[in-house]
Amino acid sequence: MLQLIAQRLTAAVPGVLGVIVVTFLLSRALPGDPAAYFAGPAATPQAIEEIRQKLGLDRPMWEQFIDYIGDLVRGDLGNSLTTGQPVMQELVTRLPASAELTLLALVVAVLVAVPLGVLAAVKQGSWIDHLSRVVTTAGVSLPTFFTGLLLVYVFYYKLGWAPPPLGRLDIYFSPPDHVTGFYLIDSLIARDLELFVAALGQLILPASTLAVFALAPLARMTRASMLAVLSSDFIRTAKAGGLRSHTVVVTYAFRNAVLPVVTTLGMVFSFLLGANVLVEKVFSWPGIGSYAIESLIASDYAPVQGFVMTMALLYVFLNLLIDVLYGVIDPRVGIDA
Amino acid sequence: MTDAPVTHIPLLSVEELSVEFRTRNGTVFALEDVGFALDKGETIALVGESGSGKSVTAFALLGISDPAAKVTKGRAVFGGLDLLSQPEKVLRELRGRELSMIFQNPRAALNPIRPIGKQIADILLRHGGATGQTAKAKAVEMLAAVRIPDPERRAKAYPFELSGGMCQRVMIAMALACSPALLIADEPTTGLDVTTQAAIMDLIRDLSRERGMATILITHDLGLAAEIADRIVVMHAGHIVETAPTAQLFANPRHPYTRRLIGATPGEGRSLADLTAIPGGLPDLRKAPLPACRYSARCERRAADCEAPLPRLVAAHSLTACHHPLS
Ligand SMILES: Nc1ncnc2c1ncn2[C@@H]1O[C@H](COP(=O)(O)OP(=O)(O)O)[C@@H](O)[C@H]1O
Ligand code: SF4
Ligand SMILES: [Mg+2]
Repeated sequence: MLQLIAQRLTAAVPGVLGVIVVTFLLSRALPGDPAAYFAGPAATPQAIEEIRQKLGLDRPMWEQFIDYIGDLVRGDLGNSLTTGQPVMQELVTRLPASAELTLLALVVAVLVAVPLGVLAAVKQGSWIDHLSRVVTTAGVSLPTFFTGLLLVYVFYYKLGWAPPPLGRLDIYFSPPDHVTGFYLIDSLIARDLELFVAALGQLILPASTLAVFALAPLARMTRASMLAVLSSDFIRTAKAGGLRSHTVVVTYAFRNAVLPVVTTLGMVFSFLLGANVLVEKVFSWPGIGSYAIESLIASDYAPVQGFVMTMALLYVFLNLLIDVLYGVIDPRVGIDA
Repeated sequence: MTDAPVTHIPLLSVEELSVEFRTRNGTVFALEDVGFALDKGETIALVGESGSGKSVTAFALLGISDPAAKVTKGRAVFGGLDLLSQPEKVLRELRGRELSMIFQNPRAALNPIRPIGKQIADILLRHGGATGQTAKAKAVEMLAAVRIPDPERRAKAYPFELSGGMCQRVMIAMALACSPALLIADEPTTGLDVTTQAAIMDLIRDLSRERGMATILITHDLGLAAEIADRIVVMHAGHIVETAPTAQLFANPRHPYTRRLIGATPGEGRSLADLTAIPGGLPDLRKAPLPACRYSARCERRAADCEAPLPRLVAAHSLTACHHPLS
């Protein structure tokens, strides 16, 4: 297992290097002149030129790249031009907000999609199968920002069940002491149930928005994978042994069907990281997605770079996690690797 | 060879079993009026070329048919109970305990991600009233009974770590774990090498005898059937065409198809896998109405009256479904 992890980590190195190069180039290729932006609308050409020099933007590309690498090694992702804060620090404070939202969405999606997919496969053609088809079609065809706005409209504006879509906590509350950065967990650690409920209230709509988006591929893959496994020889053997349908479906079929679902989960997670950007905007969520989009609009590329790097590293880490999970689930994994 | 006493109830008596598959491309009339019987402790062989309905018969008896399959007619009385009309709940109690089955392609027939010892224990826990520890010990015992060396260690192995022959032994161990009264072995040696085939057949025969277990051997290998079975039931295109004690069937085949089969498989290791010697193929089972005799298109003895309904083989020990049998 350790060998597997080491192997996958080594395999990830070229990917990470690629990301470093691409983020560097990409940020230079983005539209807009950061120096001009930073100098303000009234600045003279000289002033802009001065700022360009101060930022090192006038130097050759490769020199800028070397500097960039050096900074990365030191954990310095530069400063945001708009806020003046170090990007690293902002990312670290904002990441838990995004992570909490995304993970909760993923958990909700899995809790709904997996049983739905399993039941749809076991009772093929039944009402639950049709329900799963409706849900997956809806999930695919609704854009996330639309789902988000719709949920806000219905549950906040019309029904008034949900709090206003303004960030992680209502202004009457102050955040719990920082332990994990996840408000749900930290509020429980602080034994503050009221705070927990408040944080959960803020989370429900954006998390549901993302969950609806994540549901479709998960339910569909679960169903397809279960159907394939249910028609395999060893399921017939299990039935021939008179095993209970619960054992056949869960212990025999589902455990075998879970691998493609885990793969899809990884994929969905990276989609979610992307979808986050819009959802955070809709719900004024102080995560890294809204940070990135605000910086992008301002041609402030250090945060964008930092954001892309964070995503890439998350992605690498995620894939590693999935590989390890594979090894835990399937004894054959790693044998032929 | 066991001669059945005159008055007794067979262990299994199948009558008029008819199965259809409702598919998108029409209905497949896979079985029509299949009938045969089996005594306690008896071994019969169900033979016929590929596609003749042997597996469909077995699956229907156990109630593990494909969802597309419909039993449209028939009875299969086993221990006083008609298997075909039992609810799934009752069948689940019987399967693995009274009726067991082993399959071809043993490696695919085992759960790939569950240790084999656990798979055997699952059956024991389900039926045997065993608890965790005793089930584990009993599973190892079963592995020893099917002559797997070092069973203690092997119990923890996964199917992919074992050879095909070993996997088939594991299948047998699973099937026999709860001492069933009837074992159905569906082409248990197909795909195994010749030495392993012999070892597996010996194992099945020995264990059947030891335990007084009735056995239905499904095979397209007539030679194998001759070695093992007390009686042979010949299937063709979803019909039983002939049933006779093994020696009698070989010495004096009565159905034209049976004679062709025997003729087509000369000598040792005779196999029906290559049946070029029998003219024509199986009829398309989707084209209703099928002829009364589904062999008629291939039969050299066909006459005008062959279109009349055939005598059916109802729970008989020796019968021929043909209007003009060989004498
Ligand atoms: N799931 C199915 N759908 C449609 N037809 C089937 C299905 N399973 C079996 N059949 C048909 O039933 C017939 C008998 O098949 P089978 O019992 O598997 O033959 P064998 O004697 O080789 O075991 C074949 O003609 C096959 O086409
Ligand atoms: S019934 Fe007629 S056609 Fe059929 S096998 Fe007998 S002789 Fe041939
Ligand atoms: Mg078959």
